[in-house]
Amino acid sequence: MAAAGAAGAYAAGRAGAAEPSSASGPASYAFRGEHQAGIVTPAQDRLHFAAFDVTTTDRDELVGLLRDWTEAAERMTQGGYAGEGGAVEGDPFLPPDDTGEAIGLPPSRLTITFGFGPSLFDDRFGLADRRPASLQRLPHFPADDLDPAVSDGDLCVQACADDPQVAVHAIRNLARIGFGRAAVRWSQLGFGRTSSTSTTQSTARNLFGFKDGTANVKAEETGVVDTHVWVGADDDAAGAWLADGSYLVARRINMQIEVWDRQPLADQEAFVGRTKGEGAPLGGTREADLPDFDAVTGTSPTIPVDAHVRVVHPSMHQGAQMLRRGYNFVDGTDALGGLNAGLFFIAFVRDPATHFVPVQNAMAKDDALMEYLKFTGSALFAVPPGTQPGEHVGQALFA
Amino acid sequence: MKRTTLAAIALTALAPALAACGTESTKQAEGGRAFTVTSSADGCEVSGDTAPAGVLTFEVSNTADEATEFYLLGEDGLRVVGEVENIGADGSNTLTVKAPAGTYYTKCRPGMTGEGISAAFTVTESAEGEQELSATDQQRVDEALAGYRLYVRDQSAQLLEKTEQFVTAYEAGQDDQARALYPVARTHWERIETVAESFGDLDPKMDLREADLEPGQEWTGWHRIEKDLWPAEAKAYTPLTPAERTTYADDLLANTRTLDTQIQDLDYTVDQVANGSRGLLEEVAVGKVTGEEEAWSHTDLWDFQANVDGARVAYEGLEPIVRDNDAALADQLTERFAALQTLLDAQRQGDGFVLYTDLSPAQVKELSRAVNALSEPLSRLTAAVV
Repeated sequence: MAAAGAAGAYAAGRAGAAEPSSASGPASYAFRGEHQAGIVTPAQDRLHFAAFDVTTTDRDELVGLLRDWTEAAERMTQGGYAGEGGAVEGDPFLPPDDTGEAIGLPPSRLTITFGFGPSLFDDRFGLADRRPASLQRLPHFPADDLDPAVSDGDLCVQACADDPQVAVHAIRNLARIGFGRAAVRWSQLGFGRTSSTSTTQSTARNLFGFKDGTANVKAEETGVVDTHVWVGADDDAAGAWLADGSYLVARRINMQIEVWDRQPLADQEAFVGRTKGEGAPLGGTREADLPDFDAVTGTSPTIPVDAHVRVVHPSMHQGAQMLRRGYNFVDGTDALGGLNAGLFFIAFVRDPATHFVPVQNAMAKDDALMEYLKFTGSALFAVPPGTQPGEHVGQALFA
Repeated sequence: MKRTTLAAIALTALAPALAACGTESTKQAEGGRAFTVTSSADGCEVSGDTAPAGVLTFEVSNTADEATEFYLLGEDGLRVVGEVENIGADGSNTLTVKAPAGTYYTKCRPGMTGEGISAAFTVTESAEGEQELSATDQQRVDEALAGYRLYVRDQSAQLLEKTEQFVTAYEAGQDDQARALYPVARTHWERIETVAESFGDLDPKMDLREADLEPGQEWTGWHRIEKDLWPAEAKAYTPLTPAERTTYADDLLANTRTLDTQIQDLDYTVDQVANGSRGLLEEVAVGKVTGEEEAWSHTDLWDFQANVDGARVAYEGLEPIVRDNDAALADQLTERFAALQTLLDAQRQGDGFVLYTDLSPAQVKELSRAVNALSEPLSRLTAAVV
């Protein structure tokens, strides 16, 4: 894990002295490295995720945008301003280079992760022959009720931080830099990470009240990460530029909160396949216990055949694992007064065709939780590898 | 970036700036740059339609019984490059203008009213002429301000004229005609909206929307009449009586006259012109692209186009200065004005535009994105010229 080495160079101006690293981790994460930050980085508490349409048709302008975004992202992740001119130090006749709402706030472990959607590889930018085979618009899944207005996109930016204002500041300033070249298509705020991506983190709860992501891929399991998260150099001939990158699956999952809350505890636990308090698999006693899918209680399986933990378990999918990095969301209430809430699911996988699509199909078909879920948004992005000094994000794709 | 202090930007109008080069130009005029114009009651004869770039002179003679005026307009037919007005019967006057290569229009307005009589005029590249045009910063600023002043006065005059026609039709109960004139007259208002709004007392009397009324505030002006002309979407609406119509019509016309009178004496600073350009795009972003401005008539795209016209004219006057200080910004602004115009042109219908309510959400979003794309560099215009 990259630590706060470069912070000093950029932190001047916005926050003054960054807060010191503590036992809970570094104060900031380096933007550059072998892989992009924001994937195996211990999940921060807050999310602002944005998908963009590229509005220019000029390849050079697109590259210019990625260069400008890279510079701004590097500065902001180190606690600096989005633009060199700062928020209040610049020319009084010009709008400030930074919007200012993060003045005085520390880096807040901000990470900014960029991705490229399948639509970027159409005929606009000469990228058609660089599209990896697995970078396709996700297929329609049973029970999908997608709103095109909150699905897909040419580019994505995932901003995660421990302070929501810092995450929003990042997206807002990147969107501003994009005007005329890229426009926000949709964006999603998230709070309360629903996954732990490090063994140092406890398992958080989703809005069903259950621990989520107990069996998630953890950064420390480097072998598992290499096998299931990072794209290999030889995975796809057209997608060599994606080596050491990953795929980001985003799914906006609305929960039927009020209906769920009326389900008896035993039913809730049977739907999930785990106890609500400890998070132990049914039949087990501790969260860390492995689920025993062969166990029988009376004449029925202890973990029901339609329990979520069984349907999506890696053992049911040739061992395929995802690195989940989702967030809870509440977008106010709907027209009937119910919470417009759920889980903004984010997963990083080596190949969506083997690691996500079969799992989602199985879930849509067999999972007891589907009764209480509605999938309203969907997107897939290829996340290029980390950015080296002097490079812009995704540089290999445009080489 | 070059800075001229605001105090140094004297509030000079056209006369001093052009008079300064008028003497020199008499010599240059030999190379086909001197023209005569005969303005008659129904004609506008110019002795040529092409000139090499440089300082051009137009000696205008009026053969009609009423006073006339003569304009040289930019390629859009809106931007005033130069004008002479108030040429009395049998009188004459000379217009001297600096014209770089490009497409222009000549225009006489006999009686100083109506559309006038226009003809295309071409200025070709000319090395020695372009050199003559190279102006000092101060001259450029003076010319930009003088040009903008003329433009605002011209739009105000047309606003008054079209408003007279509009209220006449409205008072006479010729509602179809009034509805047709409404967006046409308002075009001239919206082109100079930021100037009109600088008269804080007039703007609310003339352009207030019903939604913006304060408790107890009397609603008058354009939008009051708009609702009366397009009552279909108004719930339980009681049409205005003929007497009430006259009251609101007279009030609007009187305020338009007052505005026109005040505009005659108005001078501008370069930052006012630049901020005005930005301000007009902000008007588009907050009121027009959202369809809030014309709640009853839905003629928002007329206003949209007019705001963009006004912003572009202000920018184009300043463009030579911007280009010197920040060529990339000038290129970007020119390109993005054109991109927005392409989207607007796609919505033209007849002499105007489709109604806002006919636009699909995707079309509105596309227009909004083009407005954002232009507004971002436009927010840097003032700093590039002061």
